Amino acid sequence: MVPTQRALLRLLALTMCFIFHAATANAGTIDENINAAVASVTGPFVSFIFSSFPGTNFPWIVLWLIIAATIFTIYFGFIQIRGFGLAIALVKGDYSKPEEAGEVSHFQALTTALSGTVGLGNIAGVAVAISIGGPGATFWMIMAGLMGMASKFTECTLGVKYRNEYPDGTVSGGPMYYLSKGLAEKGLAPLGRVLAVIFAIFCILGSFGGGNMFQANQMHAQVVNVTGGDASYLNGQGWLTGLVMAALVFSVIVGGIKSIARFAERIVPIMALIYLAAGLAILIREYQQIPQALSEIVEGAFTGLGVAGGMVGALIQGFRRAAFSNEAGVGSASIAHAAVRTNEPVTEGFVSLLEPFIDTVVICTMTALVINVSGVLQSDPQTGLYIWNAASGHIATADNLTGVELTSRAFATAFDWFPYVLAVAVILFAFSTMISWSYYGLKAWTYLFGEGKNIELTYKVLFCVFVIIGAAMNLSAVIDFADAAIFAMALINIIGLYILMPVVKREMNSYLARIKSGEVRKTKA
Amino acid sequence: MPQSLFLVAYDGTETQVVDAAIRFAKRQGAALFVVHVLEWSPYSFLTQEELAQRHKVRQAELAKAEEVVMRPLLAKIREEGVTAEGIVRHGNPADVIVALAKEKGAELILGGRSNRLSDRVFGGVASGLAQSSPIPVMIIP
Repeated sequence: MVPTQRALLRLLALTMCFIFHAATANAGTIDENINAAVASVTGPFVSFIFSSFPGTNFPWIVLWLIIAATIFTIYFGFIQIRGFGLAIALVKGDYSKPEEAGEVSHFQALTTALSGTVGLGNIAGVAVAISIGGPGATFWMIMAGLMGMASKFTECTLGVKYRNEYPDGTVSGGPMYYLSKGLAEKGLAPLGRVLAVIFAIFCILGSFGGGNMFQANQMHAQVVNVTGGDASYLNGQGWLTGLVMAALVFSVIVGGIKSIARFAERIVPIMALIYLAAGLAILIREYQQIPQALSEIVEGAFTGLGVAGGMVGALIQGFRRAAFSNEAGVGSASIAHAAVRTNEPVTEGFVSLLEPFIDTVVICTMTALVINVSGVLQSDPQTGLYIWNAASGHIATADNLTGVELTSRAFATAFDWFPYVLAVAVILFAFSTMISWSYYGLKAWTYLFGEGKNIELTYKVLFCVFVIIGAAMNLSAVIDFADAAIFAMALINIIGLYILMPVVKREMNSYLARIKSGEVRKTKA
Repeated sequence: MPQSLFLVAYDGTETQVVDAAIRFAKRQGAALFVVHVLEWSPYSFLTQEELAQRHKVRQAELAKAEEVVMRPLLAKIREEGVTAEGIVRHGNPADVIVALAKEKGAELILGGRSNRLSDRVFGGVASGLAQSSPIPVMIIP
């Protein structure tokens, strides 16, 4: 007990030193110093994950995801299309038994998992993809979303099948458990243990990166944006926004103040609906632009429309941002889905395939279409090609915006009050995603270090520190680290999925056969 | 002819419903089946931690309702010489009561009515039963 507490104090002291050092060293703002310090640590990790095939600029990790999604799609016979109706019936509770009422329902597991995935990836990430990869990135993003449904199906089925149930009735599931238990069944116990440990390490990093720093960073960007932009007091003071957010996150995950989490998470679906409704209103208003936007999306997917990198650039950006947004193949969602109470693991697999659909095919596409029709991307009227701003590495945009500010500007072309609504949405999305990821990270942390009050507290405090760091850093450095950590999870997770996919297929075939024979019947007429 | 069965919808407070049910059951020679519903919607939102602990929490809720509500109540009814069974279940009260009435082949549902303002305005369990029950419903005021 005492040594852990002392270690914790030392950690806190170090962090404070780090922040003070960053604050006082050299010239430059606190934010600039935090940025430089962190970038020097994460750089090698990022460049390893995103290294390209020799002689090309195609990152191998993107190909890894594409191949996996394609293999799962074919191996399970286009389950995302065949199983779509069944997935909806399961979520509606058509197959739920009344005597099991009161257990976690499919609907609850899906919405909780969604509150973790629907976040700034859907708003800011899409803007990044389009400003770097052009409108064509949208096409590849949708493709990635559709194919990712099969990856999600696989990992969530396994998450339920190999979860741990403790005598007190609580459950823990996710890649750590199916990697270690599933591979042991196949006679690969040592490999399974190694993969599970590596996955847990990457999951902790991912919870600090994509599930935390990226969210904090883009939340801060939008807060600055609506409080006066460059003239805002908060401009360049990301650590301050981060501190406030960290305090809120701290009060929920350490203080156990559930009401805040509950409030935020109840509002999230409403905000998502407002966001979609506003997007739809813009599309209806600009309906004449839609055929043009669609043709640019399709044409850009194969030519790039003058964007540096052409088709490959669009494809890489599309897949990167889709994977980041819907987390298919990453393994994180199977931690949330594993809590559902069912004797049929594959039912949760079916339900989970709706997640990339809602997240990417619906919400991300809405963001993409709004950006495309709003005209915030600058193109050359003569050639119809986009103007490339080489200095900042993306398509020229009004005021050279990217990320959440670009999305905000696109919505503002139709509704000038929308940035304020978006700021509220962004804060809530960021918050609920952070809370979800803090849980994923904690599960990985306790898998490695065991359960215990101080062990858990150490992780939670670290998590809050990263909120501050993320808000203070600049976008591209944060995005690179966030992506690298998430993709590193996918790297390990997918190895396990390949080895275990026959298990999922057996479960799937058996369940579908029993539905056909009438052994599994709807409980509602 | 088999014994008739009356279903008693009991929310844990309405003793007048139980008293009436015992009276009618004695007069008709019927058995009672008591249903106590813990309100629960499969569409409510749960946080990650609640998700992981739900099974445990549910077991605790059922055990508590069984011990505090159901067991003493069944003992009281049986003391009066009336045959009684009972069940505690999660769900939407009206739906659960109607489904169980059908399943058990009950002839009559006995229930109370709530005086809560929201139930008066929007209709509580009693009006839900009145609308969806396929068998007679008796409301004991």
